[in-house]
Amino acid sequence: MGELKLMKGNEALAEAAIRAGADGYFGYPITPQSEVIEYLMAEKPFDRTGMVVLQAESEVASINMLYGGGGSGKKVMTSSSSPGISLMQEGISYLAGGEVPCVIANVVRGGPGLGDIQPAQSDYFQSVKGGGHGDYRLPCLAPASVQEMSDFVPVAFDLAFKYRTPVLIIADGLIGQMMEKVELFDQMPRLTDQEVIEKYPWATTGKPKGKERRILTSLDLDPHKLEKHNQHLHAKYNEIKENEVRYELIDTDDADYLFVAYGSSARICQKSVKLAREKGIKVGLLRIISLWPFASDVIKEFTAKGIKGFLSVEMSMGQMVEDIQLAVQGKTKVDHFGRVGGVIHSPEEVVEALEQKIIGG
Amino acid sequence: MAELSVQDIIKPENLVYEKTKLMTDKTLSYCPGCGHGTAHRLTMEVIEELGKENDTIGIAPVGCSVLAYEFMNIDMQQAAHGRAPAHATAVKRLWPNKVVFTYQGDGDLAAIGTAETIHACNRGEQIVIIFINNGIYGMTGGQMAPTTLPEMKTSTSPFGRDVASMGYPLKITELISNLPGVQYVSRQAVHSPAAARKAKRAIKKAFQNQIDNKPGLSFIEIVSNCNSGWKMTPNDSNEWMEENMFPYYPLGDIKVDGKLIEK
Amino acid sequence: MTEEIIIAGFGGQGVLSMGKILAYSGIMQEQEVSWMPSYGPEMRGGTANVTVIVSDERISSPTLTYYDTAIILNQQSMDKFEETVKPGGVLLYDPNGISKHPSRTDITIYKIEGAKIAADMGNTKIFNMVVLGAYLQIKPIVKLENVIKGLKKSLPERYHKLIPLNEDAITQGMKNVITT
Repeated sequence: MGELKLMKGNEALAEAAIRAGADGYFGYPITPQSEVIEYLMAEKPFDRTGMVVLQAESEVASINMLYGGGGSGKKVMTSSSSPGISLMQEGISYLAGGEVPCVIANVVRGGPGLGDIQPAQSDYFQSVKGGGHGDYRLPCLAPASVQEMSDFVPVAFDLAFKYRTPVLIIADGLIGQMMEKVELFDQMPRLTDQEVIEKYPWATTGKPKGKERRILTSLDLDPHKLEKHNQHLHAKYNEIKENEVRYELIDTDDADYLFVAYGSSARICQKSVKLAREKGIKVGLLRIISLWPFASDVIKEFTAKGIKGFLSVEMSMGQMVEDIQLAVQGKTKVDHFGRVGGVIHSPEEVVEALEQKIIGG
Repeated sequence: MAELSVQDIIKPENLVYEKTKLMTDKTLSYCPGCGHGTAHRLTMEVIEELGKENDTIGIAPVGCSVLAYEFMNIDMQQAAHGRAPAHATAVKRLWPNKVVFTYQGDGDLAAIGTAETIHACNRGEQIVIIFINNGIYGMTGGQMAPTTLPEMKTSTSPFGRDVASMGYPLKITELISNLPGVQYVSRQAVHSPAAARKAKRAIKKAFQNQIDNKPGLSFIEIVSNCNSGWKMTPNDSNEWMEENMFPYYPLGDIKVDGKLIEK
Repeated sequence: MTEEIIIAGFGGQGVLSMGKILAYSGIMQEQEVSWMPSYGPEMRGGTANVTVIVSDERISSPTLTYYDTAIILNQQSMDKFEETVKPGGVLLYDPNGISKHPSRTDITIYKIEGAKIAADMGNTKIFNMVVLGAYLQIKPIVKLENVIKGLKKSLPERYHKLIPLNEDAITQGMKNVITT
């Protein structure tokens, strides 16, 4: 068993970055995730593992530092919250286009604009539909506990390098600020420079003797070449869709209805499942873990098996619900319940929404 | 004197100049007369002479030199507009034994990327920045740049740059030279063989600083022409540059070994 | 066993750290715990509250509408949280500074003179430990030895010399809690 600690989600994310063998973290403070860089600075990871931590001048700089670092084959990460992630979108698009691996954590807060600093899930569209310009997708993991804030970091790095893509971790203020028991995984070694050079021949680490130089760019002025590049990216995204769908089923075996939720909302829905079942309502929870690729096939299967309705529970005005509707294709009832602007739904009102919108609706 | 045939001319003993192998054979996309080609070549010659072709990572900007990676035969990344110093910061910190440089134009470095430039300088990142200042946005077709001179006409200052409403030409090089994180600052030109030789010495010193692990950033500005953007012949543009750009952007070392040069 | 608690008072009263020590104590006896604070600018000098859940099972929602126990340390929190105690639940409060005392009859109400006891002990900072002691007297969900272990985990090394004082405060809290 690994080391047990009581930690904030943000701290667990930071500690996990060190333990996952990250080479660099580049970030800019923003509530509710500033503990990530504070923790890293206090922990002196440079002494522990040789990991570099740098407070950048902006989120714009941070994300482009990831391009530099990831582009030279190193495991690099940043974290921010909604407005900061919006600032990063140009860089994220370049990273996707240049196929540069890195991990970006978004501890989502209320929006739009400066919004507030309370938890929200209103960045779903930005995360899964491509927040920046161009035709790209990003694998996107949504932790629902402090434990997963730790566990998902090495998973995200693995995905990033396996598919040469930026990977998002989408938490929210609640997951970031909450403390829970967390079992920390053991320190993984950082790759040596030589291992990086051998493992990632695409990385710009200095032109190898007698070999072609490496270029990382997202520019191609020839439309036919750029079309080919987009088709190549698309094929990669299809592979990710095939292999990387993640979800969890809770009390679904006998369920007539399903809540569909991720992150904090999924935690709240677990309580709602208990409350509803006390009332005799057979409801289960489909917890979405990978927001993209989305568990469309699972929803299709439940639809085919005759589930009577899905309630998408989100801290948004209804974003993920559109992906559920796409999977359900009108074959059963789908509705949405959400609180927004930093208001967190209570487990009781989620049950009421199920009764009103799905069972009675 | 008898006419020399091509075969006579290319005899090995007649060789007086050879293109550095760190320039690719790709035809330069720059306009004839532009200084970029020379600046590229000097930078690559220096890296070859310092024996660092296998240990250098270059960062290309957005602007005319966006395709620098097509011509420079080394490992390169192409950054978003203005963000090259952010790339270089991370590459150098994660690969401290490698040589890292950015190559940026005035719009990239002194307008959209001002924050990245100043903060990379202020943190004393151990990188080289090669800054090409031609006072205009070349690639997008001759719009006003932060470094465009007063009264200078561009497509977005068609009646001349009115400093009262459009601001003054930004002397970013003088600005960053005041930062303690900066080791070496020099302003050069490449429009004549003599100028190019001097520029090469400055570029070499900048890279040597990095190789010698001297603290801080080395920054080379090259005042260049943009005959297309300025709507002049190459020769006229060079004359205009000497008469108008050099007085505003005087050539020479500005800071050496971390100390400002007294003028 | 699942115990869902809200602790609420002024920032600076040690509300968050009391919750943290309780959560750490739960970990020491291999329970699941969650600690969810109100966060943001309101914490700076304003009211602070934290939801603590200690359970033998995987914890579902870390934020709640109703609680098994409310520990209330100022009037604003009384106004807000008295009604959130589940019927049959517990409300523990320090009467110091409370003008409108709790009036519900379907819950058990306890009082602890935490501020006064801490002042009598010569260190107002241990106020929250007195209150924690009172709570543990009512609901011994965690063993005292595990609280001490939790304190060791959550306090920096340089404060470990204060642990005996904290232990005394907890004991005083246990002795002095009264039902109303």
